[in-house]
Amino acid sequence: MNGTPATTGPAPSPGAAGNPGGSTLSGPATLFRRVLLQGKYEALAMLRNGEQLILAIILPLLALVGLTVTPFLDGMGASRINVAVPGILALCAMSTAFTGQGIATGFDRRYGVLRFLSTTPLGRGGLIAGKALSVLVVLCLQVVVVTLVALLLGWQPPAAGWLPGLLLLVLGAGAFTALGLLVAGTVRPEATLAITNLLWILLGALGGIVIPGERLPGAAQAVVHYLPSGALGESLREAFLGGTLNGAAALVLLLWTVIAGAAAIRWFKWN
Amino acid sequence: MLRVVSGVSLTAERGQVTALLGANGAGKTTTLECAQGLQKRTGGTITLLGQDPAAAGADLRSRVGVMLQDGGLPPSARPIPLLRHVAGLYANPWPVPELVERLGIDAFSRTTVRRLSGGQKQRLALAAALIGRPEVLFLDEPSAGLDPQSRQVVFELIAELRDAGMGIILTTHLMDDAQRLADYVYIIDGGRNVAEGTVQELLQRDHGVTPGAEQVRTLVFDADPGLEFDGVLPPGAEILEVRAGSYTVTGALAPAHLAALATWWEARNIMPTAMSLQARSLEDVFLDISGKDVR
Repeated sequence: MNGTPATTGPAPSPGAAGNPGGSTLSGPATLFRRVLLQGKYEALAMLRNGEQLILAIILPLLALVGLTVTPFLDGMGASRINVAVPGILALCAMSTAFTGQGIATGFDRRYGVLRFLSTTPLGRGGLIAGKALSVLVVLCLQVVVVTLVALLLGWQPPAAGWLPGLLLLVLGAGAFTALGLLVAGTVRPEATLAITNLLWILLGALGGIVIPGERLPGAAQAVVHYLPSGALGESLREAFLGGTLNGAAALVLLLWTVIAGAAAIRWFKWN
Repeated sequence: MLRVVSGVSLTAERGQVTALLGANGAGKTTTLECAQGLQKRTGGTITLLGQDPAAAGADLRSRVGVMLQDGGLPPSARPIPLLRHVAGLYANPWPVPELVERLGIDAFSRTTVRRLSGGQKQRLALAAALIGRPEVLFLDEPSAGLDPQSRQVVFELIAELRDAGMGIILTTHLMDDAQRLADYVYIIDGGRNVAEGTVQELLQRDHGVTPGAEQVRTLVFDADPGLEFDGVLPPGAEILEVRAGSYTVTGALAPAHLAALATWWEARNIMPTAMSLQARSLEDVFLDISGKDVR
């Protein structure tokens, strides 16, 4: 039409570049499909990442074996394995939702991936929903793997424990996802890496996740029930040892989700 | 169709390449990011396809393609799965294999983003921006890192999409890009647009040249310093000594000017030490307007 140089490359098909502006052509996939795709993409990315796999599967399994061959959990009124497994499931939730997801989000932010995806039909809301979905997908796989290994090691969970147990795991994943996003969205990715790994170790050891609160030092016992780690670890043990749902712990997890989520919405920096 | 107002007014039309030209830090990317809804603007109004991009929903986002300056691609991803994923977010995406072939992505389809060269990353980012068949395409520094071959491929595609009706808005600090690609140019400086027009209009700006002249030329020559040229040239052009011994003739140069100058030299037996006829470039215009200071 004007001074445009003649094209020499392979011509795109008429349906493609021939009418890229045709309004009948542009359009988003459905919200459901967008979130589902993003969840799948992020879950696969997490599962293909060696460090993430170590954090999500290997370390919890090592901790499980460690707790069943040492006397740490003796004298709790139940077998070592029965006390250990709920804590390991709680540790899995923290690994994936907080540390794994937080680190991935932090680096996505650094590389502009969050900004790019928020310009696509996915948008910011879809991106967060996709991340939450990927956390649940990976957590499901972790629960299956840990359960299978635990059953082989002699775990005997009461049937009544599963419903409250899974509900609490979802609540815990929500709280840790919100916390992970808060860290990832406010500090540099290197700091996110350090903070989420350090907290994973600290909360894992002293936060009431795998070691029950009554086995912790006095000062830790006072606060551990108000931490997301303690609330999740303690309530999961109650669920899988007695088949009960600890409403107060569920409320603590919900509060952490709401507070960390609101803080993340307020302070998250997209670039 | 698309109107960006931020202290000044920018308009980009369908079927045109609109370039925002400016030095580093002039405000090009900020302007673009406000129009893309990536940055909250503090004032003014922006209308993108009839809507405010700050409140954009998935429908509007599906009609707008964005290529960010830093790419925005996950380093561990491989090109084809990444494009397939982004394609899935749209109802009627451009078929991935077609776009991959068109932009030469098949040559590095097994390499992770982290290991791609700058030009390969740019082509992949362009593919990701185009995959939803947008009506409006934003390109932030599209030729950054491109080798000459990639640049040719990318520029041809941009021109073709423009001809097919896409509205394309790009930023660049390369005059050559704007001169080759843009139908309309806004020169941005200090967060304001300081000049606008077609490339031809900008080249002819402030030179009293009648619009429509095919090319605006500048004659430069070196000779003894301090020569007086009063009344030597016919009207329409003038001679300036820009540095001692360096002269520039600007204006609507015609053969008559060259003849008059040559006659004058012959009469005085002066031989210029260097002489050349140059097309005025957008760069000259840009430097005229935004000054020659490095900032």
